[in-house]
Amino acid sequence: MSEARQWDGLDLEADVLVIGGGPAGAWAAITAARNGSSVVLADKGYCGSSGATAPSGTGVWYVQPDEEKRRAAKEGRYTLGGHLAENRWMDRVLDRTYEIMNRLEEYGYPFPLNENGTAYKRGLQGPEYMKLMRKLVLKAGVKILDHSPALELLADEHGVGGARGVRTQRGDSWTVRAGAVVIATGGCAFLSKALGCNVLTGDGYLFAAEAGASMSGMEFSNAYAISPTFSSVTKTAYYRYASFYYEDGTIVEGAGSTRGRSVIARNLLQGRQVYARLDQAPADLQPLLRIGQTNFFLPFDRLGINPFTDLFPVTLRLEGTVRGTGGIQIVDDTCATKVPGLYAAGDAATREFICGGFTGGGSHNAAWAMSSGSFAGEGASNYARGLGSRAATRELKGLSSSPLTSASADRPEKTAERIQAVRDEVVPYDRNLFRTEQGLTGSLNRLDSLWRELRQTPVERSAAGVKGREAAAMTATARWMYRSALARTETRGMHKRADYPELDSNQRYRLIAEGLDEIAVSRRQVEEALVR
Amino acid sequence: MIEILSETKCIGCNQCVSVCPTNVFDRVEDGIPKIARQSDCQTCFMCELYCPVDALYVAPDAEAAVHPVEEQLESQGLLGGYREKVGWGPGRQPVSRHEGMYQLALKTGL
Repeated sequence: MSEARQWDGLDLEADVLVIGGGPAGAWAAITAARNGSSVVLADKGYCGSSGATAPSGTGVWYVQPDEEKRRAAKEGRYTLGGHLAENRWMDRVLDRTYEIMNRLEEYGYPFPLNENGTAYKRGLQGPEYMKLMRKLVLKAGVKILDHSPALELLADEHGVGGARGVRTQRGDSWTVRAGAVVIATGGCAFLSKALGCNVLTGDGYLFAAEAGASMSGMEFSNAYAISPTFSSVTKTAYYRYASFYYEDGTIVEGAGSTRGRSVIARNLLQGRQVYARLDQAPADLQPLLRIGQTNFFLPFDRLGINPFTDLFPVTLRLEGTVRGTGGIQIVDDTCATKVPGLYAAGDAATREFICGGFTGGGSHNAAWAMSSGSFAGEGASNYARGLGSRAATRELKGLSSSPLTSASADRPEKTAERIQAVRDEVVPYDRNLFRTEQGLTGSLNRLDSLWRELRQTPVERSAAGVKGREAAAMTATARWMYRSALARTETRGMHKRADYPELDSNQRYRLIAEGLDEIAVSRRQVEEALVR
Repeated sequence: MIEILSETKCIGCNQCVSVCPTNVFDRVEDGIPKIARQSDCQTCFMCELYCPVDALYVAPDAEAAVHPVEEQLESQGLLGGYREKVGWGPGRQPVSRHEGMYQLALKTGL
């Protein structure tokens, strides 16, 4: 059977294909379409509800174009991020975010009003935002493929030219040939059930690497969020009002939502359950907090717990590179990767340019998603236009590093076992949060052998096969993370080396990880001198 | 995770089948959808928000099925409770517009 015959479902051509329909993908699609390109957007789930943004509320890095305010905004997290952000990128993201947030108001996003009746634009409610984004994507003339996870990119010697995958609700395949592809598949949270994150399994990293792209800053991949033990709700901002207790009601010294997260982790590692109570929230603030993040209170309300007065057990849930800052390396202002025709945006792309090695809350992440999405959409659209009529005659081949087959390939239990094996290396705090040379090396030995196994394991072109590719993507992601973490022999940003607990000023550089079977890590200078 | 799809309330619009990011529901020919892959549920509550008749209930427990009883949830006002708070549904104002959002920001910077 010819290769094309095996992919006998939907077959489309477009100027730009966007993979992923969260905020970054949606902005990429809209921007490319408004720039005159025909656009297809394929989402693993549903554009409008998929990903980390849709079920959450988030702040947005929206700062008036006032020199003093902008300077303060840029300095705010510069040191926390380990001096790896760049002034020029922060400026362009602040500018683009400001512009986009103002447009969102025009498009009808229901912002709250201040006393003068002016929209207050420092935050977005995910359900509302992403419902509107879907509407705008459709209005821009983009064709959306929901429940259509990609399995591999397509390319020829000139670069990337499309992708193909399966339609899980129809049981057939899709192929899109496109002049340019934007990867907006989000980060990787390793199926930790952090809110909305189980669709974020690093798929786009793997696709990009299979095409020859590199990763940057993958050592900044160990974000953990505080959440009740029983719950998926990983909104951490309100824990600034929490005190932390042991079961007997004595206080956990040093525990806190920002710097004190390690204290919580150390207790949990020793098998001591930690409890929280939002008893620092003044009474007059409590009703406002309930309005600010409705989803934060949902689990408590359903279980009859009053988080302001009752103790509840907490855990730290892995958010990996979703709240971490590592991702696909981008090489210019259009969010191009080093592979022709391939672009990256949102959490899939490295966020180091604006955050360095740390993000506190969602506001930079939301700003990065909308800005990088629109940069990438523009870049991809212009690139596709430059190809002209050549685009239609390309001989494209699939790039999957595991063989894709039409027959039922592997037992689902086997895939589940492999996924658990990856999770065992990245979820535990004593491996990923507190890193050591010994721990990282041990994990890498096991992950490398898992990778070799996955490389040989056929993946079926079906919904079951998607899980096989997710297993491969998570394994590859963990290996880039730990190879980079091993190379950074210091503590910087969120990357903590228990054996190198101090920041080393000689290591102010980016780490670029590339390769699939053999991973090489190299240094790249931060373009700018320290921003003061 | 998703626990209840109320057979008495569901109108078979299949919105939940469409919007679930992890494809937990299956369409059923000439019937109402079914919860086909409960263990794939990521407890994001999006299906509840999109259900026009409050026929769904996602228990807050993300790790294990807890088997709540529909009548009990109904009497506690928990069915549709989240959609009401988010301000979706006819005659409701989206919470994103709530003046409390601005008050909170003034007081806390959140």
